[in-house]
Amino acid sequence: MNLVINFILLFTTWLLFSGKFDLFHLALGGVSCFIVALFSTELLFENRQKGIAARLGEAGRFIFFSGWLLYQIVLANFHVIKLALSPRSLERDLDPHIFTFKTSLKTTFAKFVLANSITLTPGTVTIRIHGDIFHIHAISQKAMGDLANDEQMSEMEKRVAWVFEGGRR
Amino acid sequence: MLDIIVIALMVTGLFFFFGTTIGLHRFPDFYTRMHAAGKGDTLSSILLLSGLALYNLHHLSPDTVQVSLKIMFICVVIFITSPTATHAIMDAGYESKVKYWTRRKDSSAPQSSIEPGKGEDT
Amino acid sequence: MPSVFTNSNMESFFIYIGIGLLLLMFIPLYRVVQGPTVISRILGVNVIGTKTTILVIIIGTIYTKVEMFVDIAITYALLNFITSLAAARFFQKNKQMCPDTQEESKGEDAC
Repeated sequence: MNLVINFILLFTTWLLFSGKFDLFHLALGGVSCFIVALFSTELLFENRQKGIAARLGEAGRFIFFSGWLLYQIVLANFHVIKLALSPRSLERDLDPHIFTFKTSLKTTFAKFVLANSITLTPGTVTIRIHGDIFHIHAISQKAMGDLANDEQMSEMEKRVAWVFEGGRR
Repeated sequence: MLDIIVIALMVTGLFFFFGTTIGLHRFPDFYTRMHAAGKGDTLSSILLLSGLALYNLHHLSPDTVQVSLKIMFICVVIFITSPTATHAIMDAGYESKVKYWTRRKDSSAPQSSIEPGKGEDT
Repeated sequence: MPSVFTNSNMESFFIYIGIGLLLLMFIPLYRVVQGPTVISRILGVNVIGTKTTILVIIIGTIYTKVEMFVDIAITYALLNFITSLAAARFFQKNKQMCPDTQEESKGEDAC
């Protein structure tokens, strides 16, 4: 089952990149996609129990989430540009901190998405993931926001949990 | 009409890249420079590439649509890999204890609860 | 050069964008040449590489051969990611490459 999904994904990419639809190229693509799918199915899917509907829902929510993320990136860029272009900002606004917080997300992929999202939001960059513990570099005390709070989940983590754990929270 | 959107997207992208590079030049240490690089690089690349992809749709045909899809694929690749590369470079810097700039004069090396170098889970 | 552009204004616009991108790429290049730490140099190379991907597509648009240049650009984007990953990992493994000098200078991380 997973093999078929993986093959379809790979073959779509092949069709997109080759752009030729005669029999020779299609057969070539089919054979090579099948061989690659045989090897890479083990790597692609972490959790084998999940059904196809759950995966599609995850993908849909992820697209919705990346829309919100895009808005956050624009905010982050204005933040960086404001810091970079205002002449006195380095003395006034810059106050870097390194702090850690503990996440409750389970899967590796969800942690990866959370780390990338933290990097792309204003004022914070992920340095390292160490098990459940995230090391974050924040550009100022204000930018730390609610991430540093260990007891309750931050806004960002809630959204990532909503994407990957089916909107239970 | 299409040209106006293309021009707007690309000029905005260039402006964001300008801000990023100024930040890269002015910020005091490696970690803060990483902020500028990781964020500005992603957004300015996405804006510039979307402008180019849109411009390719001038003559609508299967070939140009395919080229535009490929350019959008580069967008997605950059959207995923740029924060990851930032993360990897930053992790390497953190592990080798690059000094970081703070207001407090007493702390010149990164302190953390976990000793750097015990292995990581990425 | 035979131009199939609907208006040549767009062509000169792309040339100006390319020149602007090229000029702005000199600032990260300064970071690469002058940068106080090895890791800052890797960062500068990463930024330049990402922008080179875009410059390749702009050049393709100017020469009206995007379908050829876009494949090169995809390869370049993937290679750039692998390059910065490999450079970062190499730096991490060879920490003695960067002796930890403790000279106190505000605003500069000496290395």
